[in-house]
Amino acid sequence: MHLSDEEKAMYDGRDGPAVQKAMDLLMRYGEALGAERLVETRNVCATITSTTPFQRDFALAKGGGMDAVFSEFSLDSQETVEIPKFKVFTSHLQLGFDPGQPERMGVSEEIVQFYNKSERHAAGLGAQIMNTCTPYQVGNIPTRGEHCAWMESSAVVYCNSVLGARTNTEGRESTGAAMLTGRIPYWGYHLDENRRATHVVELDVEVESVQDWGLLGYYIGEHVQERVPVVHSKRGIGRVPNLPRLKHFGAAASSSGGVEMYHIAGITPEALTLEQALGGRAPVEVLRYGEAERRATYEKINATGKDAEVQYVMLGCPHYTIEQIWEAAQLIEGRKVHPDCELWIFTPRAIKSLADRNGYTKIIEDAGGILMTDSCSAMSRAVPKGTRTVALDSAKQAHYLPAILGVQAWFGSTAECVDAACTGRWNGGMQ
Amino acid sequence: MHNIFPLVIRGRKVVGGIAEGEALVTRDRISGWGGIDPRTGTVIETRHELRGQSFAGKVLVFPGAKGSSGWSAMFHMTRLMNSAPAAFLFNEMTTKMALGAVVTHAPSMTDFERDPLECIATGDWVRVDADRGVIEITKKNKPGDRP
Repeated sequence: MHLSDEEKAMYDGRDGPAVQKAMDLLMRYGEALGAERLVETRNVCATITSTTPFQRDFALAKGGGMDAVFSEFSLDSQETVEIPKFKVFTSHLQLGFDPGQPERMGVSEEIVQFYNKSERHAAGLGAQIMNTCTPYQVGNIPTRGEHCAWMESSAVVYCNSVLGARTNTEGRESTGAAMLTGRIPYWGYHLDENRRATHVVELDVEVESVQDWGLLGYYIGEHVQERVPVVHSKRGIGRVPNLPRLKHFGAAASSSGGVEMYHIAGITPEALTLEQALGGRAPVEVLRYGEAERRATYEKINATGKDAEVQYVMLGCPHYTIEQIWEAAQLIEGRKVHPDCELWIFTPRAIKSLADRNGYTKIIEDAGGILMTDSCSAMSRAVPKGTRTVALDSAKQAHYLPAILGVQAWFGSTAECVDAACTGRWNGGMQ
Repeated sequence: MHNIFPLVIRGRKVVGGIAEGEALVTRDRISGWGGIDPRTGTVIETRHELRGQSFAGKVLVFPGAKGSSGWSAMFHMTRLMNSAPAAFLFNEMTTKMALGAVVTHAPSMTDFERDPLECIATGDWVRVDADRGVIEITKKNKPGDRP
């Protein structure tokens, strides 16, 4: 791999051993990929802190130092090096629990204390403790064309597709190295030729609600896997999908498949036309999404749903926007969550403080629901005790929770989910 | 004539080093987070061909990585818990796969002249010399094999 003079200096140790270790990892990683060089980035989204007993025990075995944890888990360095302040803007992603609700999530006080120590360490190095899978909701909105180093599949697909910024799906160690060097391999979605559409998805139905966009995303992921789809409609897309719709659409496509980039003709920034999205190449395949495909996808996502009794309703995956919280508050105001059911809504901390101020938190709590932050049930594997059946308005969670926790899942609209929370029963159905 | 020479396939080094072991072959892509248990190196994904089987100490032959960006972190854990594969042989290069192989420190190869999924069966003895870009396969059902 070719290194610039600046990169050579970092590799040779000019900026100390941690930066040298970071460059060493980027070299090994870049060569593994077959990259020719690195690219500069000043925008990293990553998991840095630690929330597991294994990491706690690892830290104890290494004398309790958080630098040892960062060296091993974020830099792949077995030698403990002193970690300097981060060189570039770094946003922390979601965690394995909500530090404000550890008991509800079954997390011990000891792990919370270890987490707090690791959060202070990360914040001290310059990490923005956003603690969300949707950094673009709370102040990290890259510009079109900006090179980024992001983890989290739903954030990666949003970054590439909606914002037109450029990132691959990075991991804990490559983002660790990027924080300290401002570099990431120039490979994959950083290059123009890999960003063009390979598959055309021709719409035969209107796609309007958040649920509609989730169904379409889930269908596309299953059919294109990790390739690049462009959604097209001869009649035009209709109403422009907003943030919650595209957030939900991308998350669904990246869970049923591995979509890291999509286009919507006439809407997303690198697809003002179908031709532009395809970049002059013929598509590998043209798929048609009509009523039959929509219905089949709905049945597939709901395949695990059997029992009408619902013990848990989870809203927010990816993390809810303030618009979604406002909507949920309107749906639940004046009603009560059923005594045999719990309602947990997940959102970023910053959005929760807005919801607190707007009075939505109180409306939801008065009804017996709760607003939670920093995590979700897939990350934490935490659900209310005795949960056998869950209702969700997220196709992504309906995909993961039955696999991870062995529960049944019903997927539907937010209104159907709120209704399930208040009646303890699933009464939803294909609209 | 008995085939006393192992089958040799060439490919590209992803992570250097030499390792050998029994092959564990799957045509399913593997998920890291939510797909494996790093304590035992066992595949846990529902409906996966290898569900319940451990890749610890085996030469893992598979199409590539899928799923969450936690792929590298999970395989990184298998190294720390002594349940990592001895080597990775795969067909599809992605950032998840490359970083995961790098932090597992297991010899790894891709871009083969022949598809390893066609040439290698579970139980075959495989020697991986990633530095030279060569793998040697001894079929388990031929005379003179190692166990």
